[in-house]
Amino acid sequence: MFENIEWKKIMKELSIPLLAIVSSFIIGTIVLLATGYPPVETYSALLKGAFGGLNNISDTLLASTPLIFTGLAVAFAFRCGLFNIGAEGQIIVAGLAAAWVGTWTGLPLVIHIPLTLIAAALAGALWIFIPAFLKAKLGVHEVITTIMFNYIAFSFTAYFNLKVLAKPGQIQTPDIKSSAYLWRLSNWIEMHSYLNLGFILALLVAGFIYYLLWKTTIGYEIRAVGSNADAAEYGGIDSTKMILVAMLISGALAGLGGAERTMGLYHNFRNGFSPGYGFTGIAVALLGRNHPVGVVLAAILFGALTNGRNYMNMLAGVPVDLVNILQAIIILFVASDLLFRRMLNYKSEGGQN
Amino acid sequence: MDSILELKNITKKFPGVLANDQVNFDLKKGEIHALVGENGAGKSTLMNVLFGIYQQEEGEVFYKGQELDIDGPEDAIDLGIGMVHQHFMLVPTLTVAENIILGDEITTGLGHLDIKQATKEVAELSDKYGLDVDPQAKIKDIPVGMEQRVEILKALYREAEVLILDEPTAVLTPQEVKELYKIMDFLAEQGKSIIFITHKLQEVLAVSDRVTVLRDGKSIGTVKTEATSEPELAEMMVGREVLLEVDKKPAEPGELAVEVNNLSAQNNRGVKALNDVSFSIKEGEILGVAGVEGNGQTELVEVLTGLREATTGEFELKGNELLNHSARDIKGSKVAHVPEDRHKHGLVLDYTIEDNLILGYHHQQPFAQGINFNFAELEKHAEELISEYDIRPRDKDALARSLSGGNQQKVIVAREFAMDPEFLIASQPTRGVDIGAIEFIHQQIINQRDEGKAVLLVSAELSEIMSLSDRIAVMYEGEIVDILEVEEATEEKLGLLMAGGQI
Repeated sequence: MFENIEWKKIMKELSIPLLAIVSSFIIGTIVLLATGYPPVETYSALLKGAFGGLNNISDTLLASTPLIFTGLAVAFAFRCGLFNIGAEGQIIVAGLAAAWVGTWTGLPLVIHIPLTLIAAALAGALWIFIPAFLKAKLGVHEVITTIMFNYIAFSFTAYFNLKVLAKPGQIQTPDIKSSAYLWRLSNWIEMHSYLNLGFILALLVAGFIYYLLWKTTIGYEIRAVGSNADAAEYGGIDSTKMILVAMLISGALAGLGGAERTMGLYHNFRNGFSPGYGFTGIAVALLGRNHPVGVVLAAILFGALTNGRNYMNMLAGVPVDLVNILQAIIILFVASDLLFRRMLNYKSEGGQN
Repeated sequence: MDSILELKNITKKFPGVLANDQVNFDLKKGEIHALVGENGAGKSTLMNVLFGIYQQEEGEVFYKGQELDIDGPEDAIDLGIGMVHQHFMLVPTLTVAENIILGDEITTGLGHLDIKQATKEVAELSDKYGLDVDPQAKIKDIPVGMEQRVEILKALYREAEVLILDEPTAVLTPQEVKELYKIMDFLAEQGKSIIFITHKLQEVLAVSDRVTVLRDGKSIGTVKTEATSEPELAEMMVGREVLLEVDKKPAEPGELAVEVNNLSAQNNRGVKALNDVSFSIKEGEILGVAGVEGNGQTELVEVLTGLREATTGEFELKGNELLNHSARDIKGSKVAHVPEDRHKHGLVLDYTIEDNLILGYHHQQPFAQGINFNFAELEKHAEELISEYDIRPRDKDALARSLSGGNQQKVIVAREFAMDPEFLIASQPTRGVDIGAIEFIHQQIINQRDEGKAVLLVSAELSEIMSLSDRIAVMYEGEIVDILEVEEATEEKLGLLMAGGQI
C-alpha cells in the first residue's frame, strides 16, 4: 500500500517530463518527414551516437557533467524561490579560478585537487554574492542582477585570461599541474573519451544536495522560505539569511561545473569554453523538476542529445539543428507544465469554496 | 405563498467528490430562507449552479414556475437574481452612485453619462428600501456597513427579486448586524426573497423564516425557524450532538505572567496602528481582545510574536523582556501563537502534516541533532498529535494543502499547544472552521488556561470572546479603550465600545 503510493507519486512527477520528451520526438518526426529525412534512421543514428558503445556512453556522460552542476545550481536556488539565471557567469569565473589555482606548483595532489575545487566553488559563490546580498537585504530581483553578472563574467574572464594568465600569443591559460587533474577514466580503461572523475563528483554532489534539502534543518528552512516566506518568518526562520545561504550554495554548485571542465577536460581555461552550460542548466532543472535525481537524468538526456547529434549528422546527413529543435520543444512543453496540469485537473478544481 | 425559485434534485459531481447530491431547495416569495452548512457542505456549489457557473449533472432549476437553463451570472442577473458577495466588489475611488450604475450606465444620447439622473435614481431606491445611503459619498469614505448596503442597492438597481447574501455579517459590528436584520426584514416585506448563507446559528434564528441545512452535499432538511432550536440545527449540520456552550470553570488566576506597557507600533504603510497599549495577564487567565477587524489587533499580535517591530513599549513574560526580540527567540521563551491567517502564516501548505507540526520548533531537540533531523522523533511526534487532536486524514504524509480548514487549524493548534507554552496567543482561532472543530478548539483553549497558562484571545466573533474570556479588552483605532470583567460585559456594551463609543 505504502509503496504503491510512493510509486504513484513518482509516476505523477515523471508524467509531464516524459510527455514532453515523447511529444518532442513526435514533432521531430513530423519535421523530419516534412524535410525529407528518414526518421527511423535519424533517430537510430542519434541513439547510436549517444549510447552505442563505451566511448559514446562516456562522451555522453562527459557532456552531461557540467549540466548536472548547473542544473543543481538552478534547482537548488529554485527550492528557495529564487531564479539563478547567472549560472553561466558563475561556471566561467569558476573555470578561470580553477585554471589559476591549478597552476600552483609544489602541492601534493591530496591538497591540490581539493584546493582547486574549493577555489572554483568559492569563485562561483563570490560571483553570486552581490546579487544574493542585494536580493536578501533590499529585495532587488535576482533575475536581473544575475543576468547582468553574466556579462561582467564574460568580459572579466576574457581580460584576465588574455592579459594576465595567458602567455603572449596564446589564447588560453597555461596548463594546470597534473597534481590538480581530475583523473580521466582513460587512465584505467582503454578508451578515447575524456570522461573524468568530475562525473562521479557530480553524482556525489547531487546526493549531497538531496540530503541537504530533505534531511536537514537547513533544507527544511530553505524550502519553507521558497514555499511560503510568511510562514517561514512566523516559524522563526530568518528568510534573509536563508536566501543568502541558498544563493551562495547555488553559485558554488555552478562553480564546481567550471572546475570539472578545467581540471578534467581542458586542463586550462579558454574563452568561450562554455557553450551555454548555465542556460541549459535552467532547462535541465525544469525538466528534472528541481529534484537532484531528476536533474541528473535530465542532464544525461541533454548530454546524450548533444553528443549524439554529430553522429546523426554524419550517418543520416541530418543537420545538427534537429537536436536544437528537439531540445526547444522539450523545454517548451516542460515550461507549459502549468497549462498541462490545468488541462488535466480542470474539472477537479471546482468544489473549493 | 408560491415558490419563486425551486432547485430540484440538483446533483453536481467533481472527480472524486459528490459536491451536491440530490439537493432540494425552494424559496418562497417574500421569505428569508437561511442556507446553512459547514465548509464543504455544498452551499457554494449550489449557488454556483444557480448562477450558471457550474452545470449540474442532474436536476432542474425552476424560476417563477418555469424551468431554466442558466448559462452564466449575466443570465441570472437579467432574470432578477442578485448576489451580495462576502468580499465587496466596489471601486473605492468612485462614488456610491457611480459604483451602482457601473456596467449598466444611464446615458443621454451619444453615450454621455447622465450622472445626475443616476444619482437621483439611486437616492430614490435607497429611500424606498430604507437603506440610508448617500449616493454622492465616495466608497473609500463610508463605513463597511454602508458598503454592504451599497452592494444590496446594486442588486436592487438591477431589479433583483431574489437576493443572495453570502455570509453578510462577517465584517459587521453587532450594531451593524442588527441594522442589517432590519433591512432584510423590510426587503422581505416589500416582496423580495432572500437567501441568507451563513454558518452562525444565532443569526439564522434571529432573522430567517425557514432554514435548509446541507451536510456532505446532501440536503438534510428544511425546517421552519420558529419550530427549531440552535442545538437541533447544529446536530443537523454536524450529524451528531454538539456542545454549543463552552464547559468552563471559573478562572483561578495565579501570578502575573504577561505585562505589556505603552506599546506603540506602525502598520505596513507606516501609519501608527498601535497607540500606547497596556494590559497584563495572569497565569490561568484568558484575556479576550474584542474589536472590529483592522483596529490594531493584527499589529498587536505581530509585535508580541516578533513579527513586527514596536516603536516604543515594554513586553515582559514572567520578568523576561521580550519586546522586539526575534520570532525564534520569542517562541523559545514559550510563547505559542495561533495566527489569524492559517494559509499565510500558520502553515507551509506544500509541506506534509508531519513537517508542519514542527514548524518553528524544527531546529530543537529532539527533532534535530545539529542540522540532521531525527526522523523517528518527527514521526512519533506527528503520530501522537494526529491521534490526540484527531487530525484527519490520519496520514502524517498528507499535504497540508489537501486538508479541510478545520483540520488545518487543528494542525496549528496541536503544534502550538503541544509545546507547553507559558503564554498562548490565539488569533481568530476558529475562523472558517466547522462547528465540530470549533467545539474542540475552544475546549483546548480552556484546558490551556486551566493548566495555568496565560492566554490572549483575539477574535472578531463576539460570542467567542464572551464565552471564553475571563476579562475582555476592547480595541478601537489602535487603542485599548476599556477592559471589562466578563460578568459585566454585554453584547451592547462591547458593541458600543467597538464602535468608538463610551459606556
